[in-house]
Amino acid sequence: MWSRLYGIIAKEFLQLWRDKLALTLALFVPVAMLFIFGWAINTDVKHVPTAVFDQSGSVEARTLLEAFVNSQYFDVRHWVGSHRELTELIDRGSAKVGVVIPPDFARQLARKSASIQVIVDASDPMVATSATNAAAALGADRSLALVTQTTQGLVLRGEAPPLDFRVRAWYNPDLVSAIFIVPGLVGALLLQTTITAMAVSVVREREKGTLEALIVSPIRRWELLLGKIIPNLMTAYGQMTMALLVAHFVFDVPIRGSLVLLYALSLVFMWGSLGIGILVSTASRTVPQAMQLAFLTFLPSIYLSGLLFPIEGMPKGAQYIAHVIPLTYFLRIVRGIVLKGIGIEYLWRELLPLLAFGAVVFTLSVLRFRKQLD
Amino acid sequence: MESGGDRGSADLAVVTRGLTKRFAKVVAVDHLDLRVRRGELYGFLGPNGAGKSTTLRMLCGILEPSDGEGHVLGIDLRKNPERVKSAIGYMSQRFSLYDDLTVDENLTFYARVYMVPRGERAARIGRMVRLADLVGRERQLAGQLSGGYRQRLALACALVHTPALIFLDEPTAGVDPVSRRTFWALIRRLADEGTTILVTTHYMDEAELCDTLGFIYQGRLIATGSPARIKSEMFARPVVEIAADDPRAAAEALADWDAVEEVVRVGGRLRLIVAPGGPGAAGVREHLAARGLGVSLAAEVEPSVEDLFVSFVDRERKGRVREQLRALAESG
Repeated sequence: MWSRLYGIIAKEFLQLWRDKLALTLALFVPVAMLFIFGWAINTDVKHVPTAVFDQSGSVEARTLLEAFVNSQYFDVRHWVGSHRELTELIDRGSAKVGVVIPPDFARQLARKSASIQVIVDASDPMVATSATNAAAALGADRSLALVTQTTQGLVLRGEAPPLDFRVRAWYNPDLVSAIFIVPGLVGALLLQTTITAMAVSVVREREKGTLEALIVSPIRRWELLLGKIIPNLMTAYGQMTMALLVAHFVFDVPIRGSLVLLYALSLVFMWGSLGIGILVSTASRTVPQAMQLAFLTFLPSIYLSGLLFPIEGMPKGAQYIAHVIPLTYFLRIVRGIVLKGIGIEYLWRELLPLLAFGAVVFTLSVLRFRKQLD
Repeated sequence: MESGGDRGSADLAVVTRGLTKRFAKVVAVDHLDLRVRRGELYGFLGPNGAGKSTTLRMLCGILEPSDGEGHVLGIDLRKNPERVKSAIGYMSQRFSLYDDLTVDENLTFYARVYMVPRGERAARIGRMVRLADLVGRERQLAGQLSGGYRQRLALACALVHTPALIFLDEPTAGVDPVSRRTFWALIRRLADEGTTILVTTHYMDEAELCDTLGFIYQGRLIATGSPARIKSEMFARPVVEIAADDPRAAAEALADWDAVEEVVRVGGRLRLIVAPGGPGAAGVREHLAARGLGVSLAAEVEPSVEDLFVSFVDRERKGRVREQLRALAESG
């Protein structure tokens, strides 16, 4: 029995070793993915060319603008004297962000209801997103600082924050940053490998006619499945390790929680996605079919799981779908462990849906797989 | 060992009684009684869809019979399908090789899968490499081998656990004639050394190398016997091939002639199965000339597997009609 299982596992690794392209991709894709997502988001957002229309000329306005520049997100390149000039600069693309400070800014601040206008060029969504977020964050920061100031000098009236940032953007999703995205990519990677590689490794044998020989051989169904699953899991864990190393050492992603817990819970996640991989293999006759089908199952996970866009901002229907996608829960686990350092006492709520999904999908897939071999 | 459930005569490698497989409403194999002696090279012939592969799959223990029973190497197909799998070897027409593994690695893989003891593995693989004439190519990728080598490697993989019985499903499909001959010499030798071989084929020259032939049609065995007996006693009909000036008119004229049982167009020529004791090539030529039809060539040829089939199927059909008539007469 072990001879048969070992035979398959050894063969799978030999085949992976022979297929240099697949091997390179398996090792390179995680790194490439991290760089594409992490790096692009990191650099594009900083030093956005900014135009300022300061109608007040007050010290308070100057302090605020200093904070803008110090954040490194904005470079004040243009000082303008009219709305028309500002619009022109943004239209031309010389400025991506315009800041309009009202003439009575200092007085408004004193009355604790100051408002400034930030115009963001949304034609470049990455820039728009980060500029919007940065401005909003600065607004919150400054208002707190100003609250402290006012409480020292005057008697505090009311609870409203004195500074009201009017961010006018044509595109406004929530906070996205490398630190947030990169751990999520680990989940996407595991999903990709377990679905696509698993499905392809079965379908390739069917296409080549070797599956026929295995069916006639004394190999048991479970030995065949396990012999395919084990190398797949090992590859997936290898990729995950690679991704975590790059995330930590290149993108300064902190790893605050337990790696053992992360690797253990990943297994539960992969249980379900291996099931999808096996289902895909039973539904495809050729390798290209399997790849396309795998990609199709992969898409909703990428777009609806909260990997790139927060679920809260999605339409109701999409939110329902998001909650049957395992990656949604696994992302919370990865981010929870990596970024927040929380343990199973909080994460069991995310673990339960993964266990349920794994049990249902994996069982279904094995039944379908067995039936197809008969 | 459940010897109580394992029946079958000692000198029979395969024996089935009333073996039947139904898929929904279709009867793929219909009360098949098959007997293959130990050490025999048995040719299993039949057109596509006749029930050949379904029978093979049942005999390999991967498909459960709907009815009837069967023993392979004394093992009950119904009770011990898993034991059947370990005991037999199987080679399909697709060769089932891993192209990205070497000759050695393919053999090692199948040796592990068939549980060849670790200590014996190297010696066994060496023997297989020599048997398949692959010496010096052990480290070559299977995908880089040419057709004949791939075919012999596939056979070697099926033999690596030295089974007493192997099933070869159209092992020479798509292989060049020289390799086909080499391959048949090899399996003839294996059979002479005592391995039972059940092989399916479409070629008459291959069928003639078998000890016994079985013709399957619509899930039933319609003729069985040695090639000589099949050809001279059961078939016993001249086959004449002609090239007519007007093939269509000639075919019509011949179809109306009682002495000709069957007219088949093969390429531009006509192939006639003549009734037993009927006219030879000269007679056919005369018959057509009398009707003003010119023939540029007429010759008696060796019957092909298809010729045998056409004739057996025809008789089977007539037999069934007779049976039905008799049943009607009895009920009336």
